[in-house]
Amino acid sequence: MTEQMTGAQALVRALEHVGVDTVFGIPGGAILPAYDPLYDSTKVRHVLVRHEQGAGHAAQGYAQATGKVGVCMATSGPGATNLVTPIADAYMDSVPLVAITGQVPSGAIGTDAFQEADISGITMPITKHNFLVTDPADIPRTIVEAFHIASTGRPGPVLVDIAKDALQATTTFQWPVTMQLPGYRPVTRPHSKQIREAAKLITEARRPVLYVGGGVHRAGASALLLEFAELTGIPVVTTLMARGTFPDSHPQHMGMPGMHGSVSAVGALQKSDLIVGLGVRFDDRVTGELSSFAPYAKVVHADIDPAEISKNRHADVPIVGDCKEVLSDLIAAVRAEDRKGDYADWWTLLNGYRATYPLGYEQFEDGSLAPQYVMERLSAIVGPDALYTAGVGQHQMWAAQFIGYEKPGTFINSGGAGTMGFAVPAAMGAKMGRPESTVWAIDGDGCFQMTNQELATCAIEGVPIKVAVINNGNLGMVRQWQTLFYNERYSNTDLQTVRRIPDFVKLAEAYGCVGLRCERPEDVDATIKKAMEINDVPVVIDFVVHQDAMVWPMVAAGTSNDDIKFARDMAPVWDSEE
Amino acid sequence: MSRHTLSVLVENKPGVLARVASLFSRRGFNIDSLAVGPTEHEDISRMTIVVNVEDLPLEQVTKQLNKLINVLKIVELDPAQSVQRELTLIKVRADAENRSSVLELVNLFRARCVDVASDAVTIEVTGTPDKLDAFIKVLEPFGIKELVQSGMVAIGRGARSITDRSLRALDRTA
Repeated sequence: MTEQMTGAQALVRALEHVGVDTVFGIPGGAILPAYDPLYDSTKVRHVLVRHEQGAGHAAQGYAQATGKVGVCMATSGPGATNLVTPIADAYMDSVPLVAITGQVPSGAIGTDAFQEADISGITMPITKHNFLVTDPADIPRTIVEAFHIASTGRPGPVLVDIAKDALQATTTFQWPVTMQLPGYRPVTRPHSKQIREAAKLITEARRPVLYVGGGVHRAGASALLLEFAELTGIPVVTTLMARGTFPDSHPQHMGMPGMHGSVSAVGALQKSDLIVGLGVRFDDRVTGELSSFAPYAKVVHADIDPAEISKNRHADVPIVGDCKEVLSDLIAAVRAEDRKGDYADWWTLLNGYRATYPLGYEQFEDGSLAPQYVMERLSAIVGPDALYTAGVGQHQMWAAQFIGYEKPGTFINSGGAGTMGFAVPAAMGAKMGRPESTVWAIDGDGCFQMTNQELATCAIEGVPIKVAVINNGNLGMVRQWQTLFYNERYSNTDLQTVRRIPDFVKLAEAYGCVGLRCERPEDVDATIKKAMEINDVPVVIDFVVHQDAMVWPMVAAGTSNDDIKFARDMAPVWDSEE
Repeated sequence: MSRHTLSVLVENKPGVLARVASLFSRRGFNIDSLAVGPTEHEDISRMTIVVNVEDLPLEQVTKQLNKLINVLKIVELDPAQSVQRELTLIKVRADAENRSSVLELVNLFRARCVDVASDAVTIEVTGTPDKLDAFIKVLEPFGIKELVQSGMVAIGRGARSITDRSLRALDRTA
């Protein structure tokens, strides 16, 4: 098919052809030509957000809720630089994202023209790849390549920067197009020799653990993970990015590992003799001090990105491949081994950890609200079919710890980058991707004030998300570190939000949402239920919680996992059952 | 630490050098020398990158380089199995009195005199880094006024070419 049209029309046509149904963005001078044909598109819905960062996080939420590529759009200069944070976030968490930005006309590039920023240069280290398009004929092929790169191999963000004159010029639109990516060949098939070697180690091990990361969900391999775990009987830990990939209620689930992981999950890694890492990257928040991480363990490390393998921890058996193929090959290989590993003593030890050091929290005698209790009640009332997003900080960790996740992809948060303000726009994107699902944004009062302007978008576009603001009046996680490591010197962490500046209930109402407030434990259930009954507009609940609540367990930054504390100055006794 | 010579075949597109250079700096690797130029195929450029790293970081940087979409192929060239050359231009103080001594050294090192002035000569010399260092050392007493050096370029010995397979990949997408 060939047809004469402008570069802008070719862009919109190409987006329609690659299956885009939702774009989050804000128009401006350089991208303006693209917004004209976008106005006519019946296939692509453009959602006008209030800040480009909201567009980026919404596209991330949409991508993670649907498994499709999320799309955001902005103009040149500040429009584009406002996308930098979500792009960096998507890069760290391997979220398939395509960002389309307008650029000043090609003749003006490099002249410091109005609203010019070298966004392809700026995003070079935080994109999987990016393009600067100055010829309208290149637009359709570039869009196809961008979506291919973003969604295959290890997913990630791709930026397409298009000069204004390329959008305006007339070109011949041809479809289909042939990609020209000779240097892009992701390996998805694992090597059979490595798979056999892994299967052998698994059956020989006495204390194995499956260390499961975001890559398993990205690969759509959670069902295979369940099959593999049940076939082998090996305990499972799920990282922050993998919550829900393995059901929390499953008896083999030991919890989340890492800085705020459960004692049983951290212990399972530290005491193991074999770690089978699946779609993980041995992040510092999981390993703690690297030199003392899992000192007795051999490592089988499977990941689609060869550069992750042996980056932080040496892999005895490196497996490059898509986790879906890796797991189905591992299942076959373990079956072929025709013997089962003996992990009985291991389970005795781990069950001891689990029974002795369950997740817990402090109730306050003054009757004020414990944030963890809010999470428990949300989990009980809202249930595991909903999608939950979170910002970054204490509330995120409590949401990871105290909400029970049973289904893959139901906890969407900013893991690697740790971007405050992620929750509200991500919830908006998730809800638009899966309108039939209930979507709860768990946010902190600090995070909420960074991106709550997208409540206006939600109200106007008819996106009835629910927001639980865990309001402790402080930048809580930073305050916790000041309590523990800076002699309770609370430098610039007191937001004084409990003084109702702003008043989150009134703020919600100003944005056309319903605002509710809850300050006592006895009101929690009724408030959540009330929010659940409202399905036509967004709801914000201001949960005013005690400012001294802390996230436990904790492995202090840079220290060994062995030194985990399950409460302040309370260390587990590791060897009681050995 | 040890020196490694990487031959990197890349697509001949704008911005590729910036991608490679920014990757090295972002991941904390120092480049000793870098040379970029065209190859026998118009769509492929070749970078010769010399890095001074341990084996493990070298493996990491190679893997990270391979992830760049515009990178087609990376080969580490073993100094014993390859020809490695740098080019240096040196402006040396030399008047009528000592010019013949300078020219004698030029001949000994199989260098070439490319420009002569009344009180200076400009010399072109190619070779391995060791040879060039030695040459510069013997010229120093005369007074080096200016010196410019290229990055190292290198090619494997024998009949095999590292570009063959990458060319086939390019042809498939053309």
